[in-house]
Amino acid sequence: MAEILRVEELTKYFATKKGTLHAVDGVSFSVEEGKTLGIVGESGCGKSTLGRVILHLHQRTGGRIVFQGKDISDVTPAQLKELRKDMQIIFQDPYASLNPRMSIGEIIAEPLKIYKLYPSKEERQKKVREIMDVVGLAERTYSLYPHELDGGRRQRVGIARALILNPRLIVCDEPVSALDVSIQAQILNLMMELQRERNLTYLFITHNLSVVKHISDDITVMYLGQMVEKAGASEIFAHQYHPYTKALISAIPQPKYNAPDQQIILKGEITSPINVTKSCRFAPRCIYAKPECFEREPQLEEISKDHFVKCHFVREINGL
Amino acid sequence: MRRGGVGDPGAGNPTTALGIMGLVPDPPGEVLSGSVLFEGQDLLQLPEKNMREIRGGKISMIFQDPMTSLNPVMTVGEQIAEVVLLHSRMSKQEARKKAMEMLEQVGIPGGRCDDYPHQFSGGMKQRVMIAIALACSPELLIADEPTTALDVTIQAQVLELMRNLKREYGTSLILITHDLGVVAKICDKVAVVYAGEIIEYGTLEDIYTDKRHPYTIGLFDSLPDIENEAAELKVIQGMVPDPSNLPEGCKFHPRCPYAQEGCKHGRVEPVQISETHMVRCGRFRSGEV
Ligand SMILES: Nc1ncnc2c1ncn2[C@@H]1O[C@H](COP(=O)(O)OP(=O)(O)OP(=O)(O)O)[C@@H](O)[C@H]1O
Ligand code: SF4
Ligand SMILES: [Mg+2]
Repeated sequence: MAEILRVEELTKYFATKKGTLHAVDGVSFSVEEGKTLGIVGESGCGKSTLGRVILHLHQRTGGRIVFQGKDISDVTPAQLKELRKDMQIIFQDPYASLNPRMSIGEIIAEPLKIYKLYPSKEERQKKVREIMDVVGLAERTYSLYPHELDGGRRQRVGIARALILNPRLIVCDEPVSALDVSIQAQILNLMMELQRERNLTYLFITHNLSVVKHISDDITVMYLGQMVEKAGASEIFAHQYHPYTKALISAIPQPKYNAPDQQIILKGEITSPINVTKSCRFAPRCIYAKPECFEREPQLEEISKDHFVKCHFVREINGL
Repeated sequence: MRRGGVGDPGAGNPTTALGIMGLVPDPPGEVLSGSVLFEGQDLLQLPEKNMREIRGGKISMIFQDPMTSLNPVMTVGEQIAEVVLLHSRMSKQEARKKAMEMLEQVGIPGGRCDDYPHQFSGGMKQRVMIAIALACSPELLIADEPTTALDVTIQAQVLELMRNLKREYGTSLILITHDLGVVAKICDKVAVVYAGEIIEYGTLEDIYTDKRHPYTIGLFDSLPDIENEAAELKVIQGMVPDPSNLPEGCKFHPRCPYAQEGCKHGRVEPVQISETHMVRCGRFRSGEV
């Protein structure tokens, strides 16, 4: 299978009053065309920043981005405009990202206008109606405004707008978190169907672990700007090797009455992403931490086939 | 009160946590009729001035969308301290310390109190909102999807904070959420809302082990199961009804697999099927089910 996206040692630092904030710090992965890479991790660990840096919505600090075989780490504004056709983003809150003064038809047509793709109005409208049909938006919504739609339909608008330029890669930043579960299932099914039909590649950022398991081929777990574990979706739910991943999976609230509480509680001080030191960033909260963990940064290591973990003591902890 | 359908259950009973889940009209509707009672006073009848007092001190609210509720030109620390100062006799210094403490409690290093909201991630902003709401130990906390932007470990930490409020200060909690796992973790009673109406209401046990309304059943069925792999998720067919154009009869009938002719007309009255368990479904009218 063909690789569509590869990032190498990607970093994004923000300058703050108190020092350098390491939002994304040395992330490397590759994704094959037509697949979904799920990205999970603690709130504030850098997931959105990672997605935005790949799309050039943030300027990267270091590292390389390779897309469709081309190094796109540095691009001119003209190249970036071309690139945007192939890379799109869907946000969590479609409401905040849709212009309230534009009708649904206008919102979906906007990218076509920007790229001067269908100069005639009739053609544009036809294209818009086609894509509305694909994402399951009724004809009559064409002339409605965002506030007149519910969350599920608004997210369909977000998807339609992202799809209209026929992109290859879509960064989905919590696209279903704000939706009712019954609507969430409809949108997820739609996204998976679109992926099959169009061979789309998704980077899927979410906090909902059952959703990420359902939709992803591979999953990567991030902690404080770094990737701490990566494996196939079912593999990682069967075997969590990193202490943070273990805690994460154990904390999933079960929708059951009197479900047994098996949660691993994380204690200890939260590490600040500002002026980090060479150490395991999880060490202050890790129940397995040894002095070495505070002195040396572990490397990402392949523990079993295609299963990567960043922990000094991964073998001991897991009896491998 | 932002949404219709929030009745009085929960208020007055100091240790009750009520979960409201399901479809609340979105965009939210106005409360058209009915009353919202808090300590025997109808909140909808109160003048704005009294309402403000109640809202700030006795009642706290957490909204889903932190971006619109935080002030972009004030640091997060200042915003928490402001609420603390309003509700206690602390000095500015003490309030700042308390603000840093609150940040730590929601899992954000205290040193980041001088950051502005735009320097925070989505989930961090949501946690600032939670810190503000909890800072004044309210008697009633209304939380609208308070943890959607949080990972499950931080979410667990926040739910624990809310449970502590319940235990230590007798705070009542009304939690509005789509997350059935969260409800199971912290609520005592559950109201399932569809199109602005409570269609099923009962104890946690009633709703999780003896659900009766077809919408409630569909809601549980459409959850992706973490232990099971299915290619396609089960869905409740159809769309959420347009709040300005609700169907006649049972509002769920166009999507209900059990709908009969009788469901399409007239008002469906709630039926008490046990002391604690209420269902609003036509099939229970004559005790058929
Ligand atoms: N514009 C900015 N200026 C300064 N710091 C920023 C900025 N944007 C993000 N950060 C910081 O970078 C870190 C990562 O933020 P990011 O939004 O990527 O997190 P996230 O993983 O998407 O979190 P969440 O799950 O809560 O959305 C956080 O510490 C955040 O405060
Ligand atoms: S390297 Fe050490 S501190 Fe880090 S996860 Fe492994 S055992 Fe824990
Ligand atoms: Mg984010």
